[in-house]
Amino acid sequence: MIVLDEDNLRFKFSDIHNDAHCEIEFQRTLRIPDDGRHYPLPPGLGRFPLRHLDDYAERLPAHWHRRGGVIAPMYQAEALWINFHSDCDYPFAIKIGTGKRCAITDDSWSNHLNSDPQDYVVVPEQPWLDGYCVEKGVIRQFVAMPLGHGYTIEEQLTGEAEHGGIQVIVYPMKAERYKQLIAESADDANIDFCLDAPRLESVSMGLAPGGKMKQEIYEDPYGLDAWDQRRSHRCFVSLVNSTQWLTITGERPPSEAPTARDYTDCGLPWFDYYGGDAKALEASVNLNGISSVIERGKDKGVSPLPENDSLTKQPNVLHVSRSRKKQPLEKDKRFSDDIQQA
Amino acid sequence: MTHFGQSVRETRERLRSEDPRFSVRQVARRLGVQPAYLSKVERGDVMPPSEATTIRLANELGVDQDVLLALAGKVPSDLQDIIRERPRLFADLIRQLKKAPDEAVLRVVREVREGDW
Repeated sequence: MIVLDEDNLRFKFSDIHNDAHCEIEFQRTLRIPDDGRHYPLPPGLGRFPLRHLDDYAERLPAHWHRRGGVIAPMYQAEALWINFHSDCDYPFAIKIGTGKRCAITDDSWSNHLNSDPQDYVVVPEQPWLDGYCVEKGVIRQFVAMPLGHGYTIEEQLTGEAEHGGIQVIVYPMKAERYKQLIAESADDANIDFCLDAPRLESVSMGLAPGGKMKQEIYEDPYGLDAWDQRRSHRCFVSLVNSTQWLTITGERPPSEAPTARDYTDCGLPWFDYYGGDAKALEASVNLNGISSVIERGKDKGVSPLPENDSLTKQPNVLHVSRSRKKQPLEKDKRFSDDIQQA
Repeated sequence: MTHFGQSVRETRERLRSEDPRFSVRQVARRLGVQPAYLSKVERGDVMPPSEATTIRLANELGVDQDVLLALAGKVPSDLQDIIRERPRLFADLIRQLKKAPDEAVLRVVREVREGDW
């Protein structure tokens, strides 16, 4: 089952194993400059609010109802990263799509895992995903853009602006394989609210490729056979323009994130993750050739991203890693009191 | 000593055995109360503190807020608001689930609908 708990999606497979539960959250973050440079990982600035789509279905486009899942608000040109967490270190294979295109391979969405090329991440080995894998060890940041203007991955690959949003499917490791793993590791982280608000038809946002940053997508160390593909839970996260979140839900959306430049000028930390001996995946040929939002804007003769200036100050980078004993990465490792105060 | 006070003292003492910052004096200072008052709470000489202080105490000791509030005989105010909004529905639901096993209660938890896409 999937439960929504304080803006966290909790995936539980209690019928498989008591430890088989993981959490996925969507973190607000800085949008890194889309200037061709490779940036370190930006911080988490707090979770995006998530709400059951069914609670607001009458104010959303009618065809969204079939999707179920949850809704989240994003401003145009706002960035996000996805945080994965497995309390008990139970391994999961997680596939992420945007606009029903795989974020790792760019393939159209399918409800099964593929190993050649690998179209999923393995948790807890992969703690975060910040964007589309465009080169080995390099991703292009997830940046929200309105559907219908040609910026999203979906539109660039298919020419259609049909789905938008984020798709997630989670597969647990087979219980017997997990038990084996444990055995092996024993040997050696009030607002005005209009109830009669009309249905809003033009709220749909999708994710598009932004600036480049250094992040490896790790190869599956267990192999395809380790995953229980008979059991999975999946969720469609529909993205709503933040400017319409209040009308839809009656709640104010989070404020806009600071610019990367202002953040860096304050001396606040960026991050780099070291995954030990884990091998990084190669990028798909299509994603490697995809246009970023800025490049797409240039083709159209427009400037779609406000505040895209390069950094003037060298980022202060904190290096984080999993310990050698494969302890789970602390959930709040990519957040700090300084960042919350900022 | 009340169950609440006993639980607080046992948890704090366990933490103090590994970290001196969990002495009565230091915990009280972080909570913004007098050390003598915290000692009395632990001994059960006074009633458990307010909801806000109990929540801060739970966070300080790393224990579940709802569990500590329950030990203090308090229903969290957010739950009270939920019940007040639909009193008949939630009172009935809670009474029906009173003796249900944990697994049955868990089935009542609202799931995210996976939809068709």
